[in-house]
Amino acid sequence: MAGVLTLVNILLFPQLAGGQVLVSRTEWVPQFGLNITLRMDGFAWLFSVLITGIGLMVVLYARYYMSPKDPIARFYSLLLAFMGAMLGLVLSGNIIQLAIFWELTSLVSFLLIGYWYHRGEARDGARMALIITGTGGLALFVAMMLMGHIVGSYELEDVLASGAMIVESPLYPVLLILFLLGAFTKSAQFPFQFWLPNAMTAPTPVSAYLHSATMVKAGVFLMARFWPVMHDSQLWFWIVTYTGLATLIFGAYTALFQRDLKGLLAYSTISHLGLITTLLGMGTPLAAVAAIFHIANHATFKASLFMAVGIIDHETGTRDVRKLSGLRNYMPFTATLAIIASGAMAGVPLLNGFLSKEMFFTETAEFDPNIFVNLSLPIGATLAGMLSVAYSIKFVHGVFFGPPPTELETVPHEPPALMRRPIEILVLLCLAVGIIPGITIGPFLAAAVHSVLGGDTPYYSLSVWHGFNLPLIMSIIALVGGAVIYVPYYRRLRNIDGVPLTRGLVGRRVFERLLVTATNRWARHVVGAFGTQRLQPQIFTVVFLALAAGVGAGWARLGNLPLPNNFDPVLGLVWLVGGISALAAAQQAKFHRLASMILMGGAGLATCLTFAWFSAPDLALTQLLAEIATTVLILLGLRWLPKRSPFAEAAPLAARFRRYRDVGLAALVGLGTAVASYAVMTRTAPEGISDFFLANAYTQGGGTNVVNVMLVDFRGFDTMGEITVLGVVALTVFGLLRRFRPASDSAERPEQQRMLDDYAPGASQHVADDFLRIPALIMNWMFPVVIVIAIFMFLRGHDLPGGGFIAGIVLSLAFILQYMAGGTRWVEERLRILPVLWIGWGLLFALLTGLGAMVLGYPFLTSAFAYAELPLIGKVPMATALIFDLGVFLLVVGAAVLMLIALAHQSIRRPKAAGSSKPKQRAGLDKWN
Amino acid sequence: MELTLAIAIGVLSASGVYLILRPRTFQVIIGLSLVSYAVNLFILAMGRLRTDAAPFLSGADANIADYTDPVPQALVLTAIVIGFAMTALFLVVLLAARGLSGSDHVDGRGD
Repeated sequence: MAGVLTLVNILLFPQLAGGQVLVSRTEWVPQFGLNITLRMDGFAWLFSVLITGIGLMVVLYARYYMSPKDPIARFYSLLLAFMGAMLGLVLSGNIIQLAIFWELTSLVSFLLIGYWYHRGEARDGARMALIITGTGGLALFVAMMLMGHIVGSYELEDVLASGAMIVESPLYPVLLILFLLGAFTKSAQFPFQFWLPNAMTAPTPVSAYLHSATMVKAGVFLMARFWPVMHDSQLWFWIVTYTGLATLIFGAYTALFQRDLKGLLAYSTISHLGLITTLLGMGTPLAAVAAIFHIANHATFKASLFMAVGIIDHETGTRDVRKLSGLRNYMPFTATLAIIASGAMAGVPLLNGFLSKEMFFTETAEFDPNIFVNLSLPIGATLAGMLSVAYSIKFVHGVFFGPPPTELETVPHEPPALMRRPIEILVLLCLAVGIIPGITIGPFLAAAVHSVLGGDTPYYSLSVWHGFNLPLIMSIIALVGGAVIYVPYYRRLRNIDGVPLTRGLVGRRVFERLLVTATNRWARHVVGAFGTQRLQPQIFTVVFLALAAGVGAGWARLGNLPLPNNFDPVLGLVWLVGGISALAAAQQAKFHRLASMILMGGAGLATCLTFAWFSAPDLALTQLLAEIATTVLILLGLRWLPKRSPFAEAAPLAARFRRYRDVGLAALVGLGTAVASYAVMTRTAPEGISDFFLANAYTQGGGTNVVNVMLVDFRGFDTMGEITVLGVVALTVFGLLRRFRPASDSAERPEQQRMLDDYAPGASQHVADDFLRIPALIMNWMFPVVIVIAIFMFLRGHDLPGGGFIAGIVLSLAFILQYMAGGTRWVEERLRILPVLWIGWGLLFALLTGLGAMVLGYPFLTSAFAYAELPLIGKVPMATALIFDLGVFLLVVGAAVLMLIALAHQSIRRPKAAGSSKPKQRAGLDKWN
Repeated sequence: MELTLAIAIGVLSASGVYLILRPRTFQVIIGLSLVSYAVNLFILAMGRLRTDAAPFLSGADANIADYTDPVPQALVLTAIVIGFAMTALFLVVLLAARGLSGSDHVDGRGD
């Protein structure tokens, strides 16, 4: 695939040679000026050839580099994904699209650096790279939006054509800094350079591809792309040039002291990127030509060097320069290739690196009226040149020359020929470009340069010999100086640990300290200041704020409340009881749980009666049944709560204060809700959607019980979600109780059971057989009766009170009765149903009903209906909603029974024996544990 | 009639809120139940109170003005079932928390 892309790319060139631009535009969100635009010109072409061509080499190379143990599919898919993202980046014709692809390259590179995620350092490196480049990407995104805002269009063409407008805009300084933040982080410019060496934990093919040829070039690509827009400004010149120069010298200097070969290459890459940045910053057209030229050159020689290091690592098992020496005798081909490539890196004549470096020297030596610029640039450039010669020599001499290596575990030898092939091709390119530049790279470079510079394209010469001039002298000084630096000190350089002078200036450490401060220390301060680990004050705050919001919103709309005009003494009596029950339940909940629960039931019954009173029989029925089920569940749970006595505890002052405060708040809330509901009830209702349901329930839903028709038909989707919640809750209850361990003070058998057993040994286990025998027998017999009631409730649900929910709870009450009659053991020995399956089937029925409607071309959960004549029973409504309701029924039964079983089973658990970690269970009960 | 129900809602929510603010998990569970009664009644009241309206249609030619508002009823029906599920789940969480921390305080430690 990489090969095909390369071929397509190369074949495209003739169309671009004349300076044409290929554009393909698809509208995406035209309202916002967002299009998907692919735009290829000479510069983008040069880059896409680098991306696909070097990508192809790396793909071939990785075939031999990667170990069979590595998940190779993931590697290649990520590598190709990266290639795609990078191509998208260079071919973007819309600046927002460009920013999106920019982020994509950061993301994929994160995954590639962290490819060996079992290594901690790989994860650290990947995270660091992602944070730095991701932050830069964010800055770039803002810069792009600002740019689009200034220009009024997000199309690259329009932006490139309005350079003056952007530079003169008052927003320009902000824009430029954000833009450069993006470019500098990506291209590892000082002071963001430190992520690149740490990203060397990636597999070497990744380093060769991402960290020499493509991703780190994205930053300089961006600067070159927007060079025509910004190069005229002073701000651009000062920031870009001197950041580049600092990076150039810092990178070269640090590279000299690296022990890890990949680290050396990484710093060398940083330094070369600095060189390109410096060139772009200078703002002259010739410098831009040199920059573009050097981008291509650097990609070729650095990728081949990385691959060579990969081979060395692969064959010797180390990249430590102290352990390696004299490899020239073991792998002569690789040595030759690497030596040539390092020559290009150092800028030796007849190699491609020499040409672009020469152009760089020429540009720095240009006269500038500012004396500081005039001196700093050429001196800095020459110094960096010397250093890069020195580290190139260190690389070549340290690894390939000298005595045979002594600290290696294996005897190194040449790699498979095919593994070397990509390097050979790249090195051949270095030579060809270096010796006959006019033929090999000339036309392509011309097209690339033209597409960036347009009409400003200056005359430039690619010939190798320019005569004996200042740049050549600088080159000679650099070459000789580099050797002079290296030769006297090579033994010390070989064994040195760390970088002298700048050792304290470790970006990585600063970064990590920042990270720890921001994500740990500050976060802890924020939590300490605003958070609380205590729920009680939190809930108080929530209730208080809710009250305040309600009062604030409702106060103005309250108006005049009419006086009550009718009073029903029976309802008044019901609520006299209900209200007192509620208040008493609140008062008793602390010390008398059982009493409180019974009182709560009283309030619930009052609610239930009220529903019936106000023409809502379905609600009354459901409320009653849910009430019973809830009560039984809570009763089962009561046994595990700690005993409390009102006499043992004297409330401290703070607690008493809190209690009065809460009474006050609760009273206010009660007053608020009472006033609000009274205010609503005494007004006439606005026109709602209710009439629709009333008018259509029979004609379209086929049922006269409007509430039920709404639940299973009109609002079937809601019900579907609701039963899903119910199923999830039941499973959660089951899951939580499987590992339930009671608190130590509740682990013993309850006091009442022990008392009973003292009276007659074993009596507590046979309550049902003994003094509850007759009720128990009746309850046993009730089982089939309750089932019939459930079926009845289910079938009539569409027209009269009933339906899946009610029937489901009725059926689960049948099980509760059996528990009460026979006890937990008795039921569990006879239980034959699998509630989890019922839940599953219930959901499936409901879902299939809905999907059935979809298959027939109606919206999800549309129902059809008819009336069927059943023998003996009579006319029964048969809507497909009935099948849906059947699903509801099954699920409710399954969920309720599952929760019941899970809770009830706890009571016959054997208490955990001291010292043994797993409680012994009776064999037949394992399925409930 | 309206006043009775309004006072009922007020009393239910006041006792419920007071319990929700208490430190013991059992108090909170009872409080949640009381609050949900109050809320369910409140929702029902949003459809206005009708005592003698028929809840079931008598056929296709029914006069819709004679019937109660079904929308709040359908909402409350859902709310009751969800409330049941919530109570059950909370009960189990309460038991598990008590088993783990040894305390029935909402914060997992007594005071």
